This record gives sequence, C-alpha cells and structure tokens, in this order.
Amino acid sequence: MATVLPAEPRISDIRDDYLALTRRKRMYGGLLLLAFIVTFVAGFQIAEERNAGGFAEGISRIFDFPHDLISEAWRNAANMPGHATAAFPALIETVNIAMVSTILGCLLGTALALAGTRGLAYWPRLIPVARRTSDVFRAVPEIVIALVLIFIMGGGPVPAVIAIAIHTAGAQGKLFSEVNENVDLKPLDGLASVGATWWQRTWLGVFPQVLPNYLSYSLLRLEVNIRASAILGFVGAGGIGYELRNAMTFGQGKFDQAAAIFLMLFATIVIVDQISSWMRNSLTQGRAA
Amino acid sequence: MAMLDHADLREATIKGFARKRAIALAVPAVLLVYLGYIFVAFDVPGLAQRANMDNAVILLSDAVSHKIHVTQDNRSFETNVSVEGSRRAIYSDVQIPDWVAISDERVVVDLTNGHTVTYEGPVITYDLPGYGPIRVTVGEALALELPQAGPVPDFINASDSRVAVATPEGRLTVTRSRADTFRYFFGWELFFFDLNSQYSGMGTGAVMASVLGGERLYPDLPNWQSVVRDVWYNSVWRHGDVVWAIGETALMAFLGTFGAAAIALPLAFLAAQNFTPAQSIRFAVRRVFDFVRGVDALIFTIILSRAFGPGPMTGALAILITDTGGFGKLFSEALENTDQKQVEGVQSTGANALQRYRFGVIPQVMPVLLSQVLYFLESNTRSATIIGAIVGGGIGLMLTQAIQTTQDWEKVTYYMILIVLLVIAMDALSGWLRRKLIKGE
Repeated sequence: MATVLPAEPRISDIRDDYLALTRRKRMYGGLLLLAFIVTFVAGFQIAEERNAGGFAEGISRIFDFPHDLISEAWRNAANMPGHATAAFPALIETVNIAMVSTILGCLLGTALALAGTRGLAYWPRLIPVARRTSDVFRAVPEIVIALVLIFIMGGGPVPAVIAIAIHTAGAQGKLFSEVNENVDLKPLDGLASVGATWWQRTWLGVFPQVLPNYLSYSLLRLEVNIRASAILGFVGAGGIGYELRNAMTFGQGKFDQAAAIFLMLFATIVIVDQISSWMRNSLTQGRAA
Repeated sequence: MAMLDHADLREATIKGFARKRAIALAVPAVLLVYLGYIFVAFDVPGLAQRANMDNAVILLSDAVSHKIHVTQDNRSFETNVSVEGSRRAIYSDVQIPDWVAISDERVVVDLTNGHTVTYEGPVITYDLPGYGPIRVTVGEALALELPQAGPVPDFINASDSRVAVATPEGRLTVTRSRADTFRYFFGWELFFFDLNSQYSGMGTGAVMASVLGGERLYPDLPNWQSVVRDVWYNSVWRHGDVVWAIGETALMAFLGTFGAAAIALPLAFLAAQNFTPAQSIRFAVRRVFDFVRGVDALIFTIILSRAFGPGPMTGALAILITDTGGFGKLFSEALENTDQKQVEGVQSTGANALQRYRFGVIPQVMPVLLSQVLYFLESNTRSATIIGAIVGGGIGLMLTQAIQTTQDWEKVTYYMILIVLLVIAMDALSGWLRRKLIKGE
C-alpha cells in the first residue's frame, strides 16, 4: 500500500510565503500608521482653528510671559522671601488638602476594594455594586464635584478635599482590588478553620499580604493629588492655586509674587515626589522581611 | 548563620510581636491626631454655618425640573412667559400655557392649590388660601399690604425695593422694574426643540410620524433634515455647541497623549543606560524629564494660554508637555529592561543603528509602551476637562460657565452626565484597543 506523502515544501516556497506574509504585515502596519498620522494632523488643525491664537505666532511668544515674570521677579528679588513667607500658609493648606484627601480616599478605596473582590467580600452579592461605584467615582473629574460643592459650602479647602477624596476612592478601589485578586487564600482558610470571624480573617489574613502594595499605590496617589489640589485652588478651592490666580489676574506688578508661588509649588512637588519615591523604594526592597 | 537557640528565638519572636503591635497602634493614633488637626485647621465646625443648605435644595430641585416664569415689565406693563426666564425661550402668543390667562387689563397666573397671582398694571396680588391676598403696589417705593395684622410671615421677604413671596407652589418677586412669578415643572423643557421650531410641543410620536411621511413643516428641507437641524441649533440647550465641546475635550486628550508619546520615544533612548553610554547626555535628558514632570500641568497651562490664547490647542499642548516628562521616564525604564540578545541578533545580519532599534528594540517594548499610553489617554480625558476650564475650551469651560450663572443647574447636570459618559467611553475605548493591539484578540 502506497501512502501519498505531501510534497516536501521547498525552501524557496517557504521563503516566498514568509516574505509575502511580512510584506502584508508591513503594509497593514504602514496603513495603520498613515491613518494615525492623518488623524493626528487633521485633529491638530481643527484644534488650531478653534484656538484663539495660532500655533506659529504663539510659539514665538512662548517665552514672553516667562521672560516678563522672571525679569520682574529679578528686579524685585528682595521681595521674594517676603512673598514666599506670605504664601506659605496657603502652601501648607494645599499640602494638607492633598494629604487628607489621599488618606480619606484610600480608606474608602480599601473598603470599596474589599467589598468588590470575589472571595473576600462580606456580602458577595454586592460585589457588582461596589465595582460600579468605584467606576463612577473614578470617572467623575474632581473639578465637577469641587465646583458644585463650592456653590453649596462656599470656597475653602473642604470642597476640594471631598472632590479629590471621591476620585481617589474610585481610582484606588480599582488598583486595590487588583492587588486583592492576587491574595493567597490559604491563610484565610487557616484562620477560618480556627473559627476566626470575617473581621479577624481580613485583618490578620488579608491586610498583611496587601499592605505594602496599598501603601505604595497610596504614595503614588499622593503625588497626583498634590497637583490636583493646586489646580483645584486655581478654580476657587483655596490653597496655593488660589493665591497664584489672584497674583496672575492682577498681572504686571504682581509677577514677582507669582514667580515666588511658582517656585514654591515646583519645589513642593519635587520634594513630595522624592520623599514618596524614597518611601516606595524602601517598601519594595523591604527592611528585615 | 549560626543556629539560634530556642530561648533566643522565642525572645526575638515576642519582641517582634510587641514591635508590630506598637506600630499597629501608633499608626492609627498618628492618623487620628493629624485628622484632628485638620478638623480644626480647615474649620470643619464652622462649615455648618457657612454651608448654604438652601443652595443645595435649589440645586437638587433645579437639576431635575425647570421653571416657567411669567414676567411683567413694571414700566411698560408688558408680560411675557418664558422658560427659566431666558430671552431665547419666550412663548409666542399661541404657545402660552393654559395656567396663564392674559387679557388686556390683567394677567392671572394659576399656581395650583388655589394660589393665584394677578398683575393689574402696578397692582400685584398674590392670593394665598388660608392667609388672604398679599398686595404689592409699585410706585416710588413698593407698598406692601398684608391681609392680616401682625408681623410679616417668614415666607415673605420685603424691603422698599424688593418683595418676595415664596411658597411650595411657586414664587413671586416684585421689584420696581418688574414682577416675576415662576412655577416648577418636572423634567428638562425644550430639550430637543426650542420654541422657534415648528416641532416645538410635539410628542415623540408626532415627530416620528412627520419624519416618516408627514407634510413638510419647512418648505426648504425634508422633515428628517429639519428635525436634525432644529435639534442641533436648539438655542436653549445648544446641542451643536455641546457636541463640539465634547469633541474638543476628547481632541485635547488625544493630541496631548499621542503627541507626548511621539516626542518622548526618541528622547527615552537618550535617557536609557543601555542605549546611551555617555553619562552626561543621560543625566541631562533625565533632568529635563524630571523638570517637565515637576513643573505641573497647571503652570504650563498658564504659560501656554498667555502665548496661544484660549482654546483646545493650548490645552492639548499643556497636556503634551507635561506628559512628555512622564512618558520619558516610563519609556526609558522600559527600554532599560529590554533583552540585548535580540538586538545583537539583528546586528549580526549587518543592520545599522536605526534598523537595530526598529527590529530589535521596538517589537520588545511596543506592548508596554502602548499600554501605558492608553492608560494615560483615559486619565488625560479627565485632565482635559479641568485644563479646558482654565484655558477656556471644551466641555470644562461650558461646565464652569453654567455653574457660575448659578441658575442653569439642569444644564450643569447634563454636562456632568456627558463628562462622565465621555470618560467611561474613553476608558472602554482604551481597554478595547489594549486588548486588540497588545493581546491580539
């Protein structure tokens, strides 16, 4: 009985097939890139058309404002320490807004994450509710909540804290629940076998596993929230952003004050970033395990 | 390591437990002390007085309802009926609702439950069942006549220049220049068609019927086109402008994110240890990234809006510059983690530097970079609403304007819903692209 073997593929056939495949792939890739570039350029043209000033004339003026700012600050350099001292309480307020909202947001986020993780939730039926809640919290930009709360409560730090905390809770709720998914369930089973309640299992079985990750994410969030709190101040929620806007709207004559605030804000952001990254490093490398 | 003997081990464990317990108690204590300090520093107890709960009630009720105003000019004694008191939404004579009766000598407004307001030239009367007619006569000063002796009840707020009567049925405000009565109705009025449209007041069924085969309502356009046109140019809700604003916000996020990625990618090679051996260049590029990241988006936004004026391009550039720093750092870290073997393999075939990067490096890092870019796209959509409010472009600007009027809370609600939907849509889009492009599903 003779079996018909398929013809041995020749090397040249393989090479041709491979080259054809590569060409096709490369063509698709090229087309995709082309489509992307066309979209990007068209989008940029629309954006430029709807902008008050064009790109070409703006780019030549881009250093005018920093130049005005720096030259005035330079002339009045003697005033700078005074301005910095005057704005210091506002800076403290901005940092406090960021810290409090990070703490509250992360606590709420922890609750949302625990309630939204399969296997850890106290009421498993409410898992979808907890997840959708953190989705919605995450989707609402801080400014929306802040502006509405300013209307009700008047200006000040509390609307900013609530606004940032809600967004933080949503964002951390998602990140924390991803951490929770990787929890080893064996310690939980062990604790359950000796009759531990849900609280005891969570406190002694879950938290020791997830806390380093939680802390690391929370520190990253603090870096984000410092910036958010400065921006919210600019739209009326107090702190250094508010001082900056006042100095800016006054315009020429208060540029030295604006420059002092710029410098302080920059320094604060860099310092917080540095501290946070140092703490995160020591968390991941760990002291004695 | 030397063997620990049993007693040492035991002692160390007990010490360890004690230390952990101390930390477990100290951390919440420090947090509590800090929060207590904040409680005082932010004057939370004083908030109760400063908070204006009336505003909260106005906000909540306005968000889901609209007011129809009946306004009399107290100099010409002309009356008009309008939605939210807007000049763009005044009812024509045939459209006036039946609870307002306008005749030559008087205007009678029926506020339900027996409450009526009557304008008879300068004499304005609010007839309140169980209390009696409250009469205001407009002259040099406003003269208020109450039906019952005694102190002015607290639902009336009166001075020489302004009298306001507020009841659950409606609200009357009289000043020397005008008298204004409004009544609340549920829902968002004129959402699809404004009062100038031929379709105004038609139900959904009637509009569908006229689109599918009714008589032409406008001689110049077929009905389906005029429906679209009237909705798009709705003068109250401005759907056309809103769609443009949403588009601008999404555009800012798109241009900013991908522009930043395109600029950061070549720079990241200069900051990565395995591609740029010269330490001075690496150091310089990294400090540039750090500086750009440290100078916040807020500062860039201010500087750029001075140069480029308000608009979406300014916002896009602000996002672009800020994210260049972030992407530069992330990309250079990804590049440092690449496997050198693949590059050497490509090099062995005689590839030049550009080809080595294109075929040896890019395929390795592309999935990581793309997924980071797509994460940023979603978060930048949120930033774009805030930056838009500062630079003056997009839905962020419309939202802040609507909030600043402190009147249009139904529009504020509408914009908030749109923003949240936009962010969720961008989130879904970036998730879909991630699955499609990276996992190749």
